[in-house]
Amino acid sequence: MAKHSPDQLAIEELKKLIREKEELNESADTKIEDVIAELQLQGCHPTPETAEQRIIDGFTYFKIHNFDKNPDLYKELAKGQSPKFLIFACSDSRVSPTTILNFQPGEAFMVRNIANMVPPFNQLRYSGVGAAIEYAILELKVPNILIIGHSRCGGIARLMSHPEDDSPSFEFIDDWVKIGLPAKIKVLKEHASCDSLEQRTLCEKESVNNSLVNLHTYPFVDEQIRSKGLGLFGVYYDFVNGEFKLWKYESHVTKHISIPHCH
Amino acid sequence: MASIALSSDPFASKTLPISSSSYCIQLGTSRISARALITGRIEQTHLRLSTELRRNQGFTLKASMGPPGLTEQLNNSKLDTLAEAEDECDIFNDLKDRFLSFKKNKYMKNPEQFESLAKAQEPKFMVIACADSRVCPSNVLGFQPGETFTIRNIANLVPPFVRGPTETNAALEFAVNTLQVENIFVIGHSCCGGIRALMSMQDDASASFIKNWVVIGKNARIKTEAAASNLSFDEQCSHCEKESINHSLLNLLTYPWIEQKVANGELMIHGGYYNFIDCSFEKWTLDYRGTKVDGNGRIATKNKAFWC
Repeated sequence: MAKHSPDQLAIEELKKLIREKEELNESADTKIEDVIAELQLQGCHPTPETAEQRIIDGFTYFKIHNFDKNPDLYKELAKGQSPKFLIFACSDSRVSPTTILNFQPGEAFMVRNIANMVPPFNQLRYSGVGAAIEYAILELKVPNILIIGHSRCGGIARLMSHPEDDSPSFEFIDDWVKIGLPAKIKVLKEHASCDSLEQRTLCEKESVNNSLVNLHTYPFVDEQIRSKGLGLFGVYYDFVNGEFKLWKYESHVTKHISIPHCH
Repeated sequence: MASIALSSDPFASKTLPISSSSYCIQLGTSRISARALITGRIEQTHLRLSTELRRNQGFTLKASMGPPGLTEQLNNSKLDTLAEAEDECDIFNDLKDRFLSFKKNKYMKNPEQFESLAKAQEPKFMVIACADSRVCPSNVLGFQPGETFTIRNIANLVPPFVRGPTETNAALEFAVNTLQVENIFVIGHSCCGGIRALMSMQDDASASFIKNWVVIGKNARIKTEAAASNLSFDEQCSHCEKESINHSLLNLLTYPWIEQKVANGELMIHGGYYNFIDCSFEKWTLDYRGTKVDGNGRIATKNKAFWC
């Protein structure tokens, strides 16, 4: 049996008390659950335990405090999903949109990759991202797309530093992050006087815009924007300064002007 | 002539008027917009982790958008613009509330933790999960910030080394070689649309992104049809969901730098299956000694567990 943390010991003692004192009513149960919830909320320190124990604990908590408490919701979700958002976020362990934006199951269809990039339309090269967009837009009819960039992004750092730093190349990473080249070029040109850290931060944001532009190259995205008002949003989560930026991406076609014939 | 414009400059200064179409929310300072104060009452509901209350909050937000009946007084074109602006406003408000909830319940309560994470991440796990909205590992397995480096794609597929660069193996390269994670989890789930597409795929000329991607799982489909052809289509899909996880685990071993680490015990590879119909979770670990990668590929597993 894995060793108990102080939190777990407290929970065990409480449970023992309930078994012994039968007159404790439901309010005590609720209070104990609230205490457990509080303890879990504080659990950003995972106690050193095996991978298996970590998974069991996490799943058990989810089952007791979320799944079993919302039977109607999960019955509906078992039939199908209709999320309101398609989200592109970085694979970075610190920026799970479910955590920072409090998404519950069913709310967000989520793609996570290095540096939260959306490549331009290419059915052979980039079928992974294309498949996710295609499924979300055409099958699930998701009405909003969010691209979430973040501070201290390793992928953007790599994009900005390589190959100028003469480091050996990474076979797969370098091929992927070069999707963000237009953002890098723009930042280097417009902010040449900034230091490399500032340039990286600017590129983290510019890369979100670059990906938003790339979304337009998918014909079904473009079509949904025009006909169904599909919304495209950019987000920047800065966990260093504690900031959260949110903007909408819009493009529109102006009315044409006619130049009359001259005889 | 097309012009592309952003509705506001994302690099603009930090203080923005409330009516602008973008928000900047600062943590840990008192500069929160007035609207946030109004929604303070709604924030109280976030203190309890309850989905029912989460859904009610959506209704409360709608009621606060303006006096009822206002939209009926406007003519068509104005109605469209207002509806669009309302939708946009709804989204901004929704996301803002979500972030403030995270800020209050997690960020502000663990300042040292987040300060340390801001400097570097050292996750022990890498998770490959499906993009499906119902199976986020942060919900289902309770992963906290800093714990897992996560890829999410359609049908939680791992393409083999020979397929060349993709976003999935770029992330693998980073997680295994730079972050040096100790465990890789491939987590599949019930009612997977991607697997269903794989099982329904026909060899016709029509190309689609989904087809070009899920074809990675082709061997899993072949194995399923061989083992379970007498079952219903739905049951075959369930079988394929699990078969595909094992196939992805084998594909992980086609990467030399992964195989090397698994062989000398630095890295463990696991499969997981989340069934959201009966809320159960199965987990198993790849047994490297007994596994054959070449040819048909035969996986050996150990440490199986099932929780429900």
